[in-house]
Amino acid sequence: MIAVIDYGAGNLNSIYKALEYIGEEVEIITEGNLELIDSYDGLVLPGVGAFPGAAERLKSHNFIDFINKFVETGKPFLGICLGMQLLFEWGFEDEKTAGLGLLKGNVVKMETDLKIPHMGWNQLEIIKNDALFKGLPENSHFYFVHSYQLEKVTDDVLAVVGYGTTVPAVVKKDNVIGFQFHPEKSGDNGIKLLENFRELL
Amino acid sequence: MLKKRIIPCLDIKDGRVVKGVNFVDLIDAGDPVESAREYNDLGADELVFLDITATKEKRKTLAELVEKVAAEVFIPLTVGGGIRTVGDMQLILRSGADKVSVNSAAVRNPSLVKEGAIKFGSQCIVGAVDAAKRDNGEGWEIFISGGSKETGIDLIEWVKKLENLGAGEILLTSINKDGTKDGFDIEMLQAVTEAVNIPVIASGGAGNIKHFIDVFQKTGADAALAASIFHFGEIAIKDVKAELEKENIPVRIEAEE
Repeated sequence: MIAVIDYGAGNLNSIYKALEYIGEEVEIITEGNLELIDSYDGLVLPGVGAFPGAAERLKSHNFIDFINKFVETGKPFLGICLGMQLLFEWGFEDEKTAGLGLLKGNVVKMETDLKIPHMGWNQLEIIKNDALFKGLPENSHFYFVHSYQLEKVTDDVLAVVGYGTTVPAVVKKDNVIGFQFHPEKSGDNGIKLLENFRELL
Repeated sequence: MLKKRIIPCLDIKDGRVVKGVNFVDLIDAGDPVESAREYNDLGADELVFLDITATKEKRKTLAELVEKVAAEVFIPLTVGGGIRTVGDMQLILRSGADKVSVNSAAVRNPSLVKEGAIKFGSQCIVGAVDAAKRDNGEGWEIFISGGSKETGIDLIEWVKKLENLGAGEILLTSINKDGTKDGFDIEMLQAVTEAVNIPVIASGGAGNIKHFIDVFQKTGADAALAASIFHFGEIAIKDVKAELEKENIPVRIEAEE
């Protein structure tokens, strides 16, 4: 079973339905209950909204400890969009805010001459191959909506997209994974990627 | 590189897809869930659902429809028609829509756009605008109530205002062109895409593939929307994209595995 964290950040229906669609049992959890960690095979942190509010709500809903303990078990933890951004040390949206600090790096406003938010379909450039990408067409497209990004291409970055600047799009370190795009909105490729994530469970 | 989007629009009336010409004369064009699934398979980059009979009682029906579509079709979904309050927005977004579009209600109550953007994020709020050339030929004005009611408000001023209020995207329909199959309103789109710095979806007038090439070559539009020509199978999205690619316009075409 996969648990999807609900910290009051908008629409969870799509990711819920997408995980259901690939045949997973899904539970939405609104509070970080440490006793339930063993009941989940995977954990998903979705995210729409702003970094500071989301970080605050993770704290007030007791998710910080829950996530840290879950990650220690070695089971896969996936952050999507803002959920990926929250994996890093610091966010600089509106104000400097601490993230989960599971991965090294900071999240900053995109520096590009193109329109912000970066919204639409962009083509993934894989820089480190990984089982996550199994079965995807070459340079496959994914759907992005965001205005902030991981500042630099760190060792944990597996794939990027170009948008007048280099945008880290997939990160992975051991069992901690992040997608800057929305797999649940990326058609067949997104479903394929979620299936590959499920393989890690 | 970001791709130009091709977006089929599904006008919904009483739970069915319909299509009219110049906002009237509706023809039944199918089941929305079925249509959405087909469009996904055919390479649509996004879907727009416009509920043209939305009333308070019907809102729940629309939400249920959105939920059904969102459970099967995993591409971005914009839903509009009769959205008047932040509560309406919330219901539709929670049902699985990624964006809501507001048109008349935003004109009557501009703070709706602002409140929606603050609560759900700008990326969720689409400012839908119906506009027509002024009778004296100077500029354009916007219309509300499905294109039937003049407002006297200048189009360019209004789209700038929508951007300032926090709309994340503009869906611009040319009343002069809608249903004509005569091509997109290039002049209007040029003016609007130059005036704002948020994505603009071109709507109204698509009749053949050349029109899609024109709109992307001649204007800053980020996406092009059409309804009838896709519904009635007059043009395949796949063919539109193949021709756009030949013209070096970036579109989403997946490589064969």
